[in-house]
Amino acid sequence: MERRLITLWRIIHTGIVNFMRNVTLAVAAIAVMVVTLTIILFSLITNATFENTIAQITNKISISAYLEDTTTEAQAKVLVAQLKKQPSVHRVQYLNKDAALKAYIAQNKNNQNLITAAATVGNPIPATIQIYPSDLNEIQHIKDILTTPENTKLQTPGSPSYNGDRKQAIDNITHATNVLRKIGVVTVIVFAIICALIIFNTIQMAIFNRRDEITIMRLLGAGTGYIRGPFVVESAIYGLLSAVFSILIINSAFLASSNALQASSLGLLDINYASQYFDAHFFQLLTLQIAIGIIIGTASSVIATHRYLKFKTK
Amino acid sequence: MILLDRVTKKYVRSEGTALDRISLHVEPKEFVIVIGQSGAGKTTLLRLLTREERPTSGKIIIGSIDYDKLKDKDIPLLRRKIGVVFQDFKLLPNKTVYENVAFALEIVGVSNREIRHTVPKVLNIVNLKGKEDRMPRQLSGGERQRVAIARAIVRQPRILIADEPTGNLDPKHAWDVIKVLEKINRYGTTVLLTTHNRDIVDKLKRRVVVIQGGKVTSDRASAGYKH
Repeated sequence: MERRLITLWRIIHTGIVNFMRNVTLAVAAIAVMVVTLTIILFSLITNATFENTIAQITNKISISAYLEDTTTEAQAKVLVAQLKKQPSVHRVQYLNKDAALKAYIAQNKNNQNLITAAATVGNPIPATIQIYPSDLNEIQHIKDILTTPENTKLQTPGSPSYNGDRKQAIDNITHATNVLRKIGVVTVIVFAIICALIIFNTIQMAIFNRRDEITIMRLLGAGTGYIRGPFVVESAIYGLLSAVFSILIINSAFLASSNALQASSLGLLDINYASQYFDAHFFQLLTLQIAIGIIIGTASSVIATHRYLKFKTK
Repeated sequence: MILLDRVTKKYVRSEGTALDRISLHVEPKEFVIVIGQSGAGKTTLLRLLTREERPTSGKIIIGSIDYDKLKDKDIPLLRRKIGVVFQDFKLLPNKTVYENVAFALEIVGVSNREIRHTVPKVLNIVNLKGKEDRMPRQLSGGERQRVAIARAIVRQPRILIADEPTGNLDPKHAWDVIKVLEKINRYGTTVLLTTHNRDIVDKLKRRVVVIQGGKVTSDRASAGYKH
């Protein structure tokens, strides 16, 4: 046990010393890794910003069920309870006739004619149940519940509102958000694979430059782990430092552009959310970057040293 | 004990045979000089002994280790039992003189205390005291060769193989190296030395094996050789 600990300590110590003695090589490898890890981080933040935009769009879309005046409040509450049980439903809001009228007036406060007309004919606004879906793809499922024969009887003709032009608009938004999600995930995966390959090649080149050392250590009788270990430690240091530098670069970029971000907008896309997301998830992103850097770095060095550690068998 | 029995080595890509049915028996504590022209097969012979190469046919036994039965995972264990001085030194370029010698002990799990005790003594034997912190690139050819010798003997191997250890040295440094090898041999280590240097062969008065065209053409004691 003690001997294993000594060996482990020697491997770590040698890795650190080698890192410091090969500064030029280390700087070159770290520079490439910083760029690639920054690309991964950037694509993650961009994806989160898209997700936020999709969530904002989803939150604004609801299905409205308009209830007949003959429908009692007790019947309405049974329907609300039924809807709340559905996993596809994020939130349900019930407005009785009075509350629905108030909401209508509030929505149309600038249109005095509409408000006067509503007051003249009494309260023409039906009691309304507003259903917010947890996922836009689940709207049809909610509609199926609302259009069962017993639930249809409770609603005015034409209810629920997920029909006609509005249906087309919601379907278009649903399709667009689905495509955006897929693009986001594919982009992150593609960037991650490209970056992993770049880091692998960088470390492979760094180890190629020192292949003679591996051969000499082999000739002296060093075991595979004892030769490979310091290279793995060195690569782990590359990964750790690259991750930290990458996070610092993104952090500096957000700090430098914070005012510009707050003032800018790309329609629905809330760019400022990227900065908020980065601040809120700083330590998670740092941990993730370090994990990615160390895992790709160490795996690359294990693979890259393999070919120089082989014995001649023929 | 080193035993080679009708060992042949053919390289697939090159024409001819590097070694052709060579047989050699070296007793424990013996000092044997292998001579021959460039390309005669001396280095191939040593590469077979360190298991850098495998023979095409024939049998090799060192101590109690039969190379036919040696698995890949056991090759490092074999190499730890043999000290090797390479013609091109093969020092680790990123390690100091001290670290290069200590490395041979570290890989066999020797404690730090023992390393701190042993390495300075060995560096003293090869006259490198005071140069412990130098990097190999800061040393002369002779000094590098002595580091290689220190690294080869620090584990006190039963067998020391030296491949043209004087090839890159001036006469004075060459003799310094040979004296170290003789000293090691007196302590009981079997030494197998390859050289071009006729002067060394004549003055050492040891058993001389001549290899020509991959064959042993002569195996005799030099004048005055006593074993």
